[in-house]
Amino acid sequence: MAVPAHTEVATEFEIVIGLEVHAQLTTRSKMFCSCSTDYANAAPNTHVCPVCMGMPGVLPVINRQAVAYTIMTALALNCSIPEYSKFDRKNYPYPDLMKGYQISQYDLPLSRNGYLLIEHDGQVRRIGITRVHLEEDTAKLLHRDGYSLVDVNRAGTPLIEIVSEPDMRSPEEARLYMQKLREILVYLGVSSGRMEEGSLRCDANISVRPRGQQTLGVKTEIKNMNSFKALQQALEYEAHRQIEVLRAGGTIQQETRGWDESRGVTVPQRSKEYAHDYRYFPEPDLPPLVISRAWVEELRARLPELPDARRLRYQRDYGLSAQDADILTEEKALGDYFDQVMALSSQVQDRQARARAASNWLLSEVVRLLHAHDIAPAACPLKPEALVNLLDLLDRQRITGKQAKEVLDEAFVSGELPETIVVRKGIQPPITDPQALERIIVEVIEANPKIVADYRSGKTNAAQYLVGQIMKRTRGQAKADLVQQLLRAKLDEAPTA
Amino acid sequence: MSALHELTLSDAATLLRQRQISSVELTRAFLERIEALDGRIRAFTLVTADLALQQAQEADQRLQRGEQVTPLTGIPLAIKDVICTKDIPTTCSSRMLEHFRPPFNATVMERLQAAGAVMLGKTNMDEFAMGSSTEHSAFFPTHNPWDLERTPGGSSGGSAAAVAAGMAPGALGSDTGGSIRQPAALCNVVGLKPTYGRVSRFGLVAFASSLDQIGPFARTARDAALLLQAIAGPDPRDSTCSATPVPDYTAELTGEIRGLRIGVPVEYWEAPGMDPGVARVGQEAVNRLRELGAEIREVSLPHTRYGVAAYYIIAPAEASANLARYDGVKYGYSYRDTSDMWEALDKTRQYGFGPEVKRRIMLGTYVLSAGYYDAYYKQAQKVRALIAQDFERAFEQCDVLVSPASPTVAFKLGEKLSDPYQMYLNDVFTIPANLAGICGISIPSGFSEGLPVGLQILGNAFAEATILRVADAFQRVTDYHTQRPAL
Repeated sequence: MAVPAHTEVATEFEIVIGLEVHAQLTTRSKMFCSCSTDYANAAPNTHVCPVCMGMPGVLPVINRQAVAYTIMTALALNCSIPEYSKFDRKNYPYPDLMKGYQISQYDLPLSRNGYLLIEHDGQVRRIGITRVHLEEDTAKLLHRDGYSLVDVNRAGTPLIEIVSEPDMRSPEEARLYMQKLREILVYLGVSSGRMEEGSLRCDANISVRPRGQQTLGVKTEIKNMNSFKALQQALEYEAHRQIEVLRAGGTIQQETRGWDESRGVTVPQRSKEYAHDYRYFPEPDLPPLVISRAWVEELRARLPELPDARRLRYQRDYGLSAQDADILTEEKALGDYFDQVMALSSQVQDRQARARAASNWLLSEVVRLLHAHDIAPAACPLKPEALVNLLDLLDRQRITGKQAKEVLDEAFVSGELPETIVVRKGIQPPITDPQALERIIVEVIEANPKIVADYRSGKTNAAQYLVGQIMKRTRGQAKADLVQQLLRAKLDEAPTA
Repeated sequence: MSALHELTLSDAATLLRQRQISSVELTRAFLERIEALDGRIRAFTLVTADLALQQAQEADQRLQRGEQVTPLTGIPLAIKDVICTKDIPTTCSSRMLEHFRPPFNATVMERLQAAGAVMLGKTNMDEFAMGSSTEHSAFFPTHNPWDLERTPGGSSGGSAAAVAAGMAPGALGSDTGGSIRQPAALCNVVGLKPTYGRVSRFGLVAFASSLDQIGPFARTARDAALLLQAIAGPDPRDSTCSATPVPDYTAELTGEIRGLRIGVPVEYWEAPGMDPGVARVGQEAVNRLRELGAEIREVSLPHTRYGVAAYYIIAPAEASANLARYDGVKYGYSYRDTSDMWEALDKTRQYGFGPEVKRRIMLGTYVLSAGYYDAYYKQAQKVRALIAQDFERAFEQCDVLVSPASPTVAFKLGEKLSDPYQMYLNDVFTIPANLAGICGISIPSGFSEGLPVGLQILGNAFAEATILRVADAFQRVTDYHTQRPAL
């Protein structure tokens, strides 16, 4: 049974967590052959060749893009990139491993010694990154009707492994680290970041120790956590389980446990290898990699703006709230959209006002429409040009806010520019001339003495009826706030005798 | 004109180009020769007669049109059965791959086909190229054409025997620790192991990836040069294949070696187990090279005596991983009489591999295991570096090094089968070149007790042209290579 009891945990024991994250790289071809990695909807064993099937006589050839992506990831995680790196063979027999060994990296990975900053309870925490290395994914086994079937499509897909130091002190920190890491990978464009599809996977090492103890407790390795929520829940369960064992005077078994999502527990897993001696040795089919400093600098220069920088820029340059900056940053496509809107708004004088308006319209109305139509932000049918056009119409007071929402709804579906819709529908400019409005207001007041009397006797709600009448007379083309303001001023004047 | 099967590859090529003979005639002559002799020699695991005649016809059309004619157009060749041939069985002389037909061609096969060569068939070998006598073939041993009671050496014994018996004018083999040079020596033919990275390994079924190289067998250095010319050069499918430009090898065959510095490594000549008859023949060969104007110098390769030990750690280590893919799931032999996955895997390997292959897999697994890696594998890599350093120093003083290719002449079938260590010692002169990645050639240099003795000429990395020049110069003044076994 899952027990969410980490509050009491916090006092007596310290939790220590390190994560091993695997991310499939979004290269077009596989790690060591030219097969396409775009096998998501393909029939089994259709994206294969003699190389990724491990036929006799074949040889691997390194995918340069995969190395570039690994280095970019490492740079984004503040790692150092040694000049010399190599691949190794990791030997273990299993039917999902075509060659009987996995080409991975052992003692000379592409990068080491980085860190990632996360914010937790208002504090910045530095989580060490031990290494980022490059390897190949295995085939997929499907077990059904008493048979095990092998789908080799996934075999040989480039995979990076990001190993953290045991620097996390709570399941929540582990989740925050994982979320931050995912955000960075997606920003770099090196991973789709889809945990539920397995393109981003996470194993956790977790131990507990009495607070103040220096040495680490015995750890367990937790697998099969397919979402951020699962990660946090599994680690909360496991921390609690370990603490209960220790409190009862027991000892922790070093073992691999799987998260059983439906039951909300971790359970011991049978080891899939006979023994854990992988007999690593240098891959003789691949010459060592010499990573030139010039290439590293070229890749560093190619790094896109990363999430932390974007968050900061939104608050500092545009005066957005921390919360809005967060939302725009977390969903990269929204932030990209916002940046395009701002780029197209270069002629707008008040940058911050435009930014706030753009952020508001984007995060409320556009997001509402995306949800309603079940469309991902990256595929938003409303072009940034259209939103800019809408904001311009509003700035020029060509339409009212209410009209703008209706226009936006239409533009989202039809793809037209808002101004085209405004013209087509014959929407007249709002009446913004106070004198013209005042004339109408006086007429409405004079035509409704009873309502006015109600208002003046304290039933202030009665004013709404008057507003409605005024809007009716202006056929909706008066700005509601201006009408309110002028009407109240009129009503609050001493009644004329 | 001598019988067609007696022709050297170069002479046959000339006659083909002059259209005095056709490739079909030539191919038929070798197929008939195989038909007549191979029942006794057993060099071939497969004779692809129909394919050969079809390829010969195509070659004749090329020759007729005079288009895309290369020195190999229309030349029939035998191919060691460790080289992948598309849709044609590639067995590695193993039960494991007895019915395996690769869906692709090795790079060398593509190059031979592009050159217009004809494939006669696939030749027998020690299983997965592990052995020095071809007795470890899972199918049958190959017999030495010079004495059918003896082995042709190995592992490329089938290719060597085929050329020696006139069943092919040339052949391809592979050399991991001497598997081309030793059988060439024992069968009185020329066998060349190129520099590591000179010839693409793509499609060569791996034994020990850091040591394996494909190379040619032929009767003359000139023929070997023509074959190497066709298969050498960079290959985007093999990352260990070098971009170093390929010279025109036959243009270097000037016959001139005056002033060339030839090193005689003392450790080789004084090795225990060196047959006195072999040493005498070797010494005469050195004298002959001196007469040709070469400068003979003694050199030292001090770490030679550790070569065999280091080799039998590194090669099995790599083999243990390379052969892990044979699990009965994807191709090859598969034990099916169980529903348990692990039992199927174990039994597939138990029945699919022969004893020598299993011995090496176990050796390799052991030396890579936790707790033993440093003492064995790492230590062997250090020895490997020292051996490479020995050669670097030697090549500062010499252009080539010479020694017998094998310490003995061909041994009797069964003689060393029960003592693997004695078998391993047969490669004592050839192994260091593989460890260092340099090139070497074995050429006929005389006879001891009526059996051939090969002279090994080692050259620095990518110095194939130099060793071929020495070999050719020697063959211009000797006739050992023209002598044929009585069959």
